Amino acid sequence: MANAIEPDEGRSRAAQELLKGIWRENPVFIAVLGLCPAMAVTNSLLNGIVMGLATMFVLMGSSLLVSMLRGVIPKQVRISVFIIIIASFVTTVDFVLQAIAYEVHKEIGAFIALIVVNCLILGRQEAFASKHPMKLALADAVGMSLGFALALTMIGGIREILGNGSLLGVPLLGDSFEPWVIMILPPGGFLTLGLLLTIFAWFKARAKARAALETKELSHV
Amino acid sequence: MSERPQPPSPQPPSPQPASPGPMGAGEPSSLRLVFSLGIAGLLAGLLLVGVFLGTKPRIDQNRAEALQRAIVRVLWPDGDPNEAHRIESRVLRDGRLVTPEGPLAAGERVAYLGFDAEGQPLGYAIPAAGKGFQDDIELLYGFDASSDRIVGFEVLAHRETPGLGDKIEKDAAFVGRFRSLLVLPQIDAVRSGEGDQDFEVECITGATISSKAVVRILNESMQLWRPAIHETSGVASANPSAPGRP
Repeated sequence: MANAIEPDEGRSRAAQELLKGIWRENPVFIAVLGLCPAMAVTNSLLNGIVMGLATMFVLMGSSLLVSMLRGVIPKQVRISVFIIIIASFVTTVDFVLQAIAYEVHKEIGAFIALIVVNCLILGRQEAFASKHPMKLALADAVGMSLGFALALTMIGGIREILGNGSLLGVPLLGDSFEPWVIMILPPGGFLTLGLLLTIFAWFKARAKARAALETKELSHV
Repeated sequence: MSERPQPPSPQPPSPQPASPGPMGAGEPSSLRLVFSLGIAGLLAGLLLVGVFLGTKPRIDQNRAEALQRAIVRVLWPDGDPNEAHRIESRVLRDGRLVTPEGPLAAGERVAYLGFDAEGQPLGYAIPAAGKGFQDDIELLYGFDASSDRIVGFEVLAHRETPGLGDKIEKDAAFVGRFRSLLVLPQIDAVRSGEGDQDFEVECITGATISSKAVVRILNESMQLWRPAIHETSGVASANPSAPGRP
C-alpha cells in the first residue's frame, strides 16, 4: 500500500521541501544564516539579485552532487569533500560571471569567492543533501536559495531606494529626495535586516496567537 | 584529520565504536579517505581548468573592451564611446616612450596613444593609481602634450565612501573640471568656490580627502610621464606657459 501512493507522496514531499525554504524556514529571516553576503553586497537591488542567483547556482549544484555521491563519500572526510564541491561551483560562477557580466563582477567580485564559506550552503549539505535522494535535495536547494535570493532582493531593494533614491539604477524619487547615505553604508545593512527580522517575527507571533485563539474557541464549542 | 599521526598500520585503533560509514563497512582505512579526497580534488581541478580555459578568451576580451572604452572616453570625451579609433600602447622605458615589442617586463608602465582621423597623435590615455580615503583609487586620464592639459578623466576602480567619496566619479562639476585642466606648474586642489586658475580643481564638499587624493595621483603621474612624453614627441618640456587649445 505504501508503494502505491509513494510517487504522489514523493511529489508533495518535494513541494514541501521547496516551499519551506521560501517562507517557513527562510534562511535569512527565520534561520538567520548566511548574513555575511546578505549584508555585504545588498547596497543595491542588482547586486542582491546577482548574489542571490550566484548562491542559487552553487547551492543547487552542490546539493545535487552531494546527494548523488552520498553513498560514496566516506563519513570522516565528508566536510572536506563538501567544501571541494562547493568551492568548485563557486569558482565556476566567478569565471562565468566575469565572462558574461564584467561590470557586475567588478562590483561584487570580492564577495563571490566568499560564497564558499556561506554557512547556508555547507549547512544544507550536512543537514539535508547528504541524507536525502537527489529529487528532495534539489527541491530543498531550490527552496532555500529562492528564500535567500528573496531576502537579498528585499534588503537590496530597500537599501537602494532609501540610500540612493533609485531602483536598478533608475532614479525613482526625484531630485528633491536627499538620499539616506547611511542605508548604502554597512550600518544600513544592519538596520534593514533588523527591521525585516522584526516584521517577520511579528507575523510569526501573530499567526501563532491566532492559531492558539482558534484552538481555544474550538475547545469551547 | 591528522589526530593520529602514525604510519598506516593494518589495524588502525578506533577510539570509538566504528560507526557504519555510508558504505556500511565500518571504519574505512586511511588509504580510502586519502584516495577519496584525492579523487575529489583531482576532479574539481580538472573541472576548473576546463572552466578557466573556456571562459578565458571571453574574460580577456571583456577586460580589453572595458579598457578600450575607457581610453576612448578620456581621449574623445564628446565622441561615441563605441566608435573605433586608432590607439597604440607606449611603454615608459629609461625616461622615453617606446612602442612595446613582445611581452612587458614586470612593473613597466604603459600609456595609450590615441590618433585623430588624420593619423596625427592626439593625446595619451594614462593609467594612474594611488592611495585614496579607504583604498587605492585607479584612474585613467587623457593628456594632451601640446597644451599640457588633462582633457579627460575616468575613475576605473575605487573603494571610497558611497555617497561621499564616490562623488569623484559621479559629481558632474568635478569630473567636468578635468576636461581642460592645465597641469603646470602643478594641479592644485582648492576649496569649493575658490578655484579661478586654469590649474585649480575645486574639492567636492564632503569629499575633500578623495578629491585631494585624485589631484595628488594626477600630479605624481604627470611628474613621471610628462617629461618622457615631451622628450619623445620633441616638444620643449620647459615651457611653463604653453598655449591652451581652445
